[in-house]
Amino acid sequence: MNWNLLFQLVVNGIIVGALYGVVAMSFVLIYKASQVVNFAQGEFLLIGAWACWWLLTTYQIPFIWGFLITLAFMMAFGVILQIVVLRPMIGEPVISVIMVTIGLSIFFQAMMKWMFGVFAKPFPPIFETQTVSVLGLQVQSVYLMSLIISVIIMAGFGWFFKFSKMGLAMRATAFDQQVAQSLGISVRTVFALSWAISAMVSAVAGVVVGTVNGVSSALSFFGIKVFPAVILGGLDSIVGAVVGGLIVGLLENVAHFFDSQFLNWGNMYEIAPFYVLIIILMLKPYGLFGTKDIERV
Amino acid sequence: MEAMTAVIDTPSPNAASPATAAKPALLSVNNIEVVYNDVILVLRGLSLTVPKGEIVALLGANGAGKSTTLKAISGLLKTEDGAVTRGDISFDGERINGIDPDKIVRRGIFQVMEGRRIISDMTCLENLRLGAFTRRDNQVRQDIEMVYEYFPRLKERTGLAGYLSGGEQQMLAIGRALMARPKLILMDEPSMGLSPLLVKEVFSIIRQINRDLGVTILLVEQNARMALQAASYGYIMESGKVVLDGTAEELANNEDVKEFYLGGGGEERRSFKNLKSYKRRKRWL
Repeated sequence: MNWNLLFQLVVNGIIVGALYGVVAMSFVLIYKASQVVNFAQGEFLLIGAWACWWLLTTYQIPFIWGFLITLAFMMAFGVILQIVVLRPMIGEPVISVIMVTIGLSIFFQAMMKWMFGVFAKPFPPIFETQTVSVLGLQVQSVYLMSLIISVIIMAGFGWFFKFSKMGLAMRATAFDQQVAQSLGISVRTVFALSWAISAMVSAVAGVVVGTVNGVSSALSFFGIKVFPAVILGGLDSIVGAVVGGLIVGLLENVAHFFDSQFLNWGNMYEIAPFYVLIIILMLKPYGLFGTKDIERV
Repeated sequence: MEAMTAVIDTPSPNAASPATAAKPALLSVNNIEVVYNDVILVLRGLSLTVPKGEIVALLGANGAGKSTTLKAISGLLKTEDGAVTRGDISFDGERINGIDPDKIVRRGIFQVMEGRRIISDMTCLENLRLGAFTRRDNQVRQDIEMVYEYFPRLKERTGLAGYLSGGEQQMLAIGRALMARPKLILMDEPSMGLSPLLVKEVFSIIRQINRDLGVTILLVEQNARMALQAASYGYIMESGKVVLDGTAEELANNEDVKEFYLGGGGEERRSFKNLKSYKRRKRWL
């Protein structure tokens, strides 16, 4: 047993898992507020990462400014996408809405390839030092930044839904749209806001992953990885999304460890989360934290 | 029952209800027609007036269109594929039909929906804070304390609102309405599913709110007796129209109302033979 490698992979799993958790949260946010399963979540990462990359390489502005402008852009992007594409779909069958999001996913992916090419492009370096030492362990600074950002976003979500007026309004809308309207909440605003926040948070994850691996259309694969995380946690639970993300991240890396040490099958890394997903859904069909629907006759 | 429908199908001169009181009307509904899904006609020319600071009761049998009337006023009709196709609703001197429900709340009309509809996966406090969603002032905290004074029981309940008893949920629903500081509260069946004792308690609180805070209340009720005790004026609906209106006293003493809504009825009735509807025909046509 190579304990050192295992430890390294577990740390890696937590960092990647936290990012999965963040993206899963933004996926759940849209699902909860507007009951749309957004298959274009991965493309939000992609668009965010490319936007930030483009700003940094063309205008040579400091990273923090590029990052903030990207966030503002993604917020507007989310709102416009919701208003133009998804608002007319309200009241249509679920399958039509899903097809629309799949269409969006293909469209944006192709558009990004057309605009920026198919090859991965590295981000300009953000930090002076590549690695920092944490508890005697060498950690890449971008990984550390990624973990810190993930935790901040999660805490931010927690605060938002527990204490802010708009967060409460979003929960109310998720619970019952008619009740929300009777309280003076504009459901349209809530929908638009949920897409805006979701696009913005996904873009943060996109930029973080982009700084580590370089930006390429492979980024949108994150969107698919997020499904096991979301479904593990239960489609409508924010906490579940975080836990699901961490589980998927850890599973991947632990599977990678066993694969490389003992099995040598070669691709356990990719498929292990999906196997575990199937097993968990067999035992707990609503996911680990999902709410059971109460059937009223 | 057959005779009743017969009566309804013939157009009746609508009681445009000069609500007798000298108080100015806060809400006036003028000859509205409501259609669901573009085909189902539910309200056919309904008019009513709610004077400022009063409690007005809207009574009637199941399916008469009472809840629809409230939803037409609050705009929630829109969320159920219904629309006001004729007539108008004016509140505080402004025409409000066709406005989105969330904007109507901002104008000062708050509906407490049938079945309370509190948000069961939030705490009491969160429900109350949501009631104040449209407000921008900084007195929300004081108002929460005020609601706790009216309903001391709510303060003790710190868990999820879904675990409250039916009575407590109704109190929470009323408290949540107060948090919006509305000018007019539309209450749909506050007595639904409550024990007689709780019904009494809820109604005494409704009167207290009306008296202390000067909130105008339009009350839809099945429990006509309690409603007429609380209200100053009442309307009786049948199949989408107002068929009778008058002060609460007049209605409570009206033989037909006694017979059909209050139970008991006049002493002269000895057998069901006499309980024919020709009596109503005589009165309401």
